[in-house]
Amino acid sequence: MNDFRLMKGNEALAEAAISAGCRAYFGYPITPQSEILEYLTDEGRRRGMIVLQAESEVAAINMIYGAAGAGARVMTSSSSPGISLMQEGLSYIASAELPCLVVNVNRGGPGLGTIQPAQGDYFQATKGGGHGDYHLIVLAPSSVQEMAEFVYDGFDLADRYRNPVMILADGALGQMMEKVEFPEYRVEDHVPPKPWATVGKPPERPANIITSLHIQPEKMEQINLRLQEKYRVIESREVRYEAIHTDDAEYLIVAYGLVARIAHKAVEVARAEGIRVGLIRPITLYPFPSGPIRSIAKKVAGVLTVEMNAGQMVEDVRLAVNGKAPVSFYGRMGGVIPAPEEIVRELKTLAAAHPHAQPAETY
Amino acid sequence: MGQDVVDAALEQMECVYARPDTLTDTRFHYCPGCGHSVVHRVIMEVVQEAGIREQTIGVAPVGCSVFAYNYMDVDMQEAAHGRASAVATGIKRVLPDRFVFSYQGDGDLAAIGTAETIHTCNRGENILMVFVNNAIYGMTGGQMAPTTLLGMKTSTSPAGRTVETAGFPLKITEMVAMLPGTYYVTRQSVHTPNAVRQLKKAITKSFQYQKERKGTCFIEVVSNCPSGWKMTPVQSNAWLVENMFPLYPPGDIKAPK
Repeated sequence: MNDFRLMKGNEALAEAAISAGCRAYFGYPITPQSEILEYLTDEGRRRGMIVLQAESEVAAINMIYGAAGAGARVMTSSSSPGISLMQEGLSYIASAELPCLVVNVNRGGPGLGTIQPAQGDYFQATKGGGHGDYHLIVLAPSSVQEMAEFVYDGFDLADRYRNPVMILADGALGQMMEKVEFPEYRVEDHVPPKPWATVGKPPERPANIITSLHIQPEKMEQINLRLQEKYRVIESREVRYEAIHTDDAEYLIVAYGLVARIAHKAVEVARAEGIRVGLIRPITLYPFPSGPIRSIAKKVAGVLTVEMNAGQMVEDVRLAVNGKAPVSFYGRMGGVIPAPEEIVRELKTLAAAHPHAQPAETY
Repeated sequence: MGQDVVDAALEQMECVYARPDTLTDTRFHYCPGCGHSVVHRVIMEVVQEAGIREQTIGVAPVGCSVFAYNYMDVDMQEAAHGRASAVATGIKRVLPDRFVFSYQGDGDLAAIGTAETIHTCNRGENILMVFVNNAIYGMTGGQMAPTTLLGMKTSTSPAGRTVETAGFPLKITEMVAMLPGTYYVTRQSVHTPNAVRQLKKAITKSFQYQKERKGTCFIEVVSNCPSGWKMTPVQSNAWLVENMFPLYPPGDIKAPK
């Protein structure tokens, strides 16, 4: 058992990056995640990490492209407006199949928005974000412990699938302090050989080329088909979620990240009042836990999705539920965090409209 | 004449030029007379002669030379438009003992990639940046570039570039020469055999400086675009001397003593 440490989410994530063998970090300051850059500049450099404060997020993500293509385990982090600037680079990275970790400590938007926590970047994170057909693998922590843990997991997934991985947190998770325990992690057991990397061409192999350009449509289609095949494998193998009180649930709440913790509290309150409600917390937002949600939705009278946005994940929930139960949505925006009692109130509204005794109907 | 006669004659001859191993056998896709293929060849000749192929990584741009990696037989990465020097920075930072060069045109380096260019040079990244300036966007069909001359006609300055609508031609090479991070900044060309030899010397020096970790080396190559300029190759080279050189004069702008 390791020692527990009391840390901010951003710092715990940065500490995990160092011990996960992140070789280089390129980033640009933006609230509410600048502690990651600061921590790595100090502690990371001391422990041998290459840390460069870039002139922009655009430059940072392209430095990631270069360094990842040169075979290094690399990471960048930013918050919503900065992540928007990285979308072009992420599309190139996804197409060239370069492994890297990208952290988005989501703040309220659109535009310059606010520096307070939000989940308005769900679409951008899970549907691609930049141009073309691609996906990031998206991990959504809901505690400081997971801010750290998902770094190891994220790097491993990135290397396993040669795919960019995003940790989608929010401003509260980045700023709040909790106890955190760092796992044992032997870097050498986790970083695979990268024979495709551009490190200088020895005589015995052809030149390694990192590119996303395939000018022949048939070739580009083949590249796309291969990417899609990879995404199907990821969807079949890497779905992660947490299910709480779903066995006897008559209602289901779906929420991720910080909101899932608030929803968990709401579940306890509602159960104390006799409403049998369960919670599904998607941990991977892509691949989305559609299967688990679908199987529980068949048994419940209603599904409530709660997010800190105008209703983004709820679209994936509706696709998963596919009419088997009514799906309602409750969201707060612009950096406002919902309280447990708001969620309980929404749940009661749903329950009143769709009492469980009612026979199954088609929605 | 029989093959045996040819073979016998060849045996008597001295090989004075051969395609370097560092170039692939792929035929250049460039238009006849275009300077890109010459610049590609000269860089690869230097890599070959310096014996640094196993340590060299190149970064290709977006533009006519987007396929540079089809010809240069070294490990290469293809960067997003304008970002070659950021990509090269990423490579160099994690592989500091390798030779890293970026290759960009004027639109790539001096318009969309201006921030990356300035800051890469300002950090003194220990790389070689090759900047091919033909004052036009060749690949997209001859639009105005940041380096397009005043009065020069392009598809987006059909009456000739004017200051009122498009500002002045950007002398970015002089700009980066002002930055303390650059160690060697020079402007070369490939319009004559002698110019090609001078360029080769500049590239050789740049890799030597990179080995010595001196900072950013920046080589502008004033080049032509016969198709975009709507001229024959010979006309374009004459036009280059008459019109490009007055604004973009060849020679070292910043050289170590």
